[in-house]
Amino acid sequence: MVTAAFLVATLSLFFSGVPGLLLPRGSVAGERLALAMVVGGSTLGLAAAVGVVLAPAPLLFSYPWGVPGGNFALCLDTIAALFLLPVYVIALLGAVYALGYWPERLNPGTGRRLRLFYGVIVAALTLVLTAASSLLFLVAWEIMALAGYFLITTEEKKEEARRAGFLYLVATHTGTLALLAMFILLGEASGSLDFPYPGALAATGSAAGIFLLALFGFGLKAGLIPLHVWLPGAHAAAPSHVSALLSGVMIKTGIYGLVRLTGFFAEIPPWWGWTLLTLGAVSGVLGVAFAIAQHDLKRLLAYHSVENIGIIALGLGLALLGRSHGLPALALLGLAGALLHVVNHGLFKSLLFLGAGSVIQATGSRQIGGAGGLLRRLPVTGICFFGGAVAISGLPPLNGFISEWLVYLGALHSLHGERALSLAAVVAPTLALIGALALACFVKVFGALFLGAARSAQAAEAREAPASMRWPMLLLLAACAGIGLFPASVFPLLERAAQNWGVEAAGGLLAVAPPWPLTFVAWLLLVLAALLWLWRRRARRQASAADTWGCGYALPNSRMQYTPSSFAALLVDLFRWGLRPERHGGRAEGVLPASASFASHTPDAILDRLLLPLVGGGARACTWLRARIQNGSGGLYLLYVALTLCSLLIFLLLRG
Amino acid sequence: MIAAAILHLLLLFLLSPLLLGVIGKTKACFAGRVGAPFLQPYFDILKLLRKGFVLSRTTTWVFIAGPVVALVVPVVASLLIPFGALAAPLAFTGDLILFVYLFGLARFFTAAAALDTGSSFEGMGAAREVTYSCLAEPTVFFALIVLARLTGSFSLNGMLGPALAGQWPTGGAPLGLILVALLVVLLVENSRIPFDDPNTHLELTMVHEVMVLDHGGPLFGLVLYGAAMKLFVLGSLLVGLVLPWRTGSLLADTALFVIAMLLLAVLIGIVESVMARLRLLRIPQMLIGTSLIAAFAMVLVLR
Repeated sequence: MVTAAFLVATLSLFFSGVPGLLLPRGSVAGERLALAMVVGGSTLGLAAAVGVVLAPAPLLFSYPWGVPGGNFALCLDTIAALFLLPVYVIALLGAVYALGYWPERLNPGTGRRLRLFYGVIVAALTLVLTAASSLLFLVAWEIMALAGYFLITTEEKKEEARRAGFLYLVATHTGTLALLAMFILLGEASGSLDFPYPGALAATGSAAGIFLLALFGFGLKAGLIPLHVWLPGAHAAAPSHVSALLSGVMIKTGIYGLVRLTGFFAEIPPWWGWTLLTLGAVSGVLGVAFAIAQHDLKRLLAYHSVENIGIIALGLGLALLGRSHGLPALALLGLAGALLHVVNHGLFKSLLFLGAGSVIQATGSRQIGGAGGLLRRLPVTGICFFGGAVAISGLPPLNGFISEWLVYLGALHSLHGERALSLAAVVAPTLALIGALALACFVKVFGALFLGAARSAQAAEAREAPASMRWPMLLLLAACAGIGLFPASVFPLLERAAQNWGVEAAGGLLAVAPPWPLTFVAWLLLVLAALLWLWRRRARRQASAADTWGCGYALPNSRMQYTPSSFAALLVDLFRWGLRPERHGGRAEGVLPASASFASHTPDAILDRLLLPLVGGGARACTWLRARIQNGSGGLYLLYVALTLCSLLIFLLLRG
Repeated sequence: MIAAAILHLLLLFLLSPLLLGVIGKTKACFAGRVGAPFLQPYFDILKLLRKGFVLSRTTTWVFIAGPVVALVVPVVASLLIPFGALAAPLAFTGDLILFVYLFGLARFFTAAAALDTGSSFEGMGAAREVTYSCLAEPTVFFALIVLARLTGSFSLNGMLGPALAGQWPTGGAPLGLILVALLVVLLVENSRIPFDDPNTHLELTMVHEVMVLDHGGPLFGLVLYGAAMKLFVLGSLLVGLVLPWRTGSLLADTALFVIAMLLLAVLIGIVESVMARLRLLRIPQMLIGTSLIAAFAMVLVLR
């Protein structure tokens, strides 16, 4: 029943864009039909996911199909449900948002293909998250990757989108290659292409190879530094509701893969956890540092995805260490924190991307520095963005705090272990650094976009988004607040997911990390702030208005405001060793200087300074080698044939 | 628990501005002046609360939310931390994380309120405030790890309670190190000399004071009161670290705590009198150095 609902939901999503293809360009009917199918499919899928959560045991479904090597096998357990819930929610809200953001009548050239691949990627995502055989997983993974490519290049007329799409395609196929090798090794180890049962594999023999290949393949999708190079460009180039889907849920398939794979093994070598912790810490700190230095709103948000993937990796690393050292409480806290952060990040990051879309539509620009004062023009978008900013900074009383709190508790629990393990407590200061940097970054973004005075004519004339764009944001904000105010409601879910993963602690999550005081404090905070607010509000009516004090300067204007890049300059300077920001101009020359200009720019140091030179060097070396080997002289080619024959003969001799 | 909460809040509401008065008096003593009366901060706050509002035309609700949250946060946070031997009314596993993050919330709102005015001075102050906090926050967690390891507790009540008293003789070195580190954090977070000067206005080198340049009247009253409470709450963390012993009598415990807080205020006054402000570029170096001291303390307890 639940499985059937899930399959129907997947089919409905998969084909949601197809009727529109048969209808003429610019037809509103196709748009409405696609929306109806996405909404119907997502609602059904949500119901199925809830059914999975309520079911006493994981639901298994297997159908022998004609493709060699394995069955069409699905496994619907709580881990899958936890990842599926945000997929359906964000897909549904994103489709509604698209009505206002990318309407067919304004985008007849791209609308149909956008909706087609939107449906395809969501359906493929749900299959990736439920597949229980290697072949089905890889097929769904590839469909997802390709649909992602077409979504990123929606605006293919723009050079930037084509570049980002190509980089994404190269990255994702490199990852698939690693995953293919990984699944072959896994199949050899388990004896079948169907996924093994949790805890069925011994961590011997090829386990290290499997883990490293998975870390590379899945890490590339998730965007762990240094494998994140495709991510900022791709998220920036895609339409905003697609960015929300890509950043909110698509990159989480990498995390899902790592969680699922590590669940197969009975015991975990400690170095797995340490590797993931290190990668997580590097991704978290450098991701947010790169984000602070960005001027492009969507690139900035994309780097924050790298940061949050880092936080998730920290949690997962703690969970692995907990399993290696036999501390179930640590494993439970780490995994619960990681999984809850997956859900939370899906919610608040898509909220922020939808808010960014609304800002971009209103001002016509992705540059943060050109906006300002939007809170008066876009009050609803402003509040939603503010909520998202508070949540992503991990501040109470919203949901980001709850998951970070669990990871922190995990870090503290590692102090209970032996000496080698207690070093993992360093996760706590690392998280504190990441959180404080994220706060700095989002004060900058929110302040530059929504506060102060407008810095450009477009920002001064900005109009609030239509209702179809406002409601999805408000609902996402409500979801963020809901998890933040009632964390106990999601804890049983996390606990069951941990059981599916093979971790069970005495008393469960509620005993290790009782969340009720958090609820109490969150409400106390809200009530006190509301009381003070009401008290002040009465007096505020008699307030007199004045200009902002210009420190004696009589003619202040909006260009004299502190710019976002100045705001970030102190922090960018502290991280100069990793970011390598570029500065141009800015020096006034002579006694009576002429007008001068200054620009700063922070490209992705790992892509531009490491990867591209490396790949370029490799390509040149190959060209050089090819020119030597294939130089057009027939005699040399004959020599090659003779040499090959000789080596084959020697090989046969040695074998015989 | 209710009685404990009421006592906690009474101490906080009534005594927090006194700390500012004591600091001012100490500085006046060092300068050879008579100085303002001890109760001057109370008069200032009352005077401000009675005034009318003047709001900048560029501001929105964020501008008012800043002082409101900055006042609410120390009140809520005070419930999580023991005042000397008076146990915290609200203690649970992991409350230390909430304690630190609550102040993060206040910082988010005050910095946003500063940017809401559109003034470049306030933008500068906000940028510095969030930057320095990035460097101070890891220090706090290094210190808390030391306490958690030594006492085996994940709650502020346990970390600063009798379990800590038994650790001072053996764990004096790491505890002394984190004491220094936390004192630096206290000075940074409350914008005191040598990191910031609460008495200068209109200097490009200021941090916190410049953020509230456009807040006036009752809003500035809230800011002042909130700042006093923040000093009180963060100060009680230091006092709890130095004075984990219990006398057993409620009256003696309370008196001991109040005396310790006043001594802390005198100490801050002395620091402010004998030190000059650091150059702006030195502050990050100083903060990173402090983080390293705290990290070293952690290494000492983990070995």
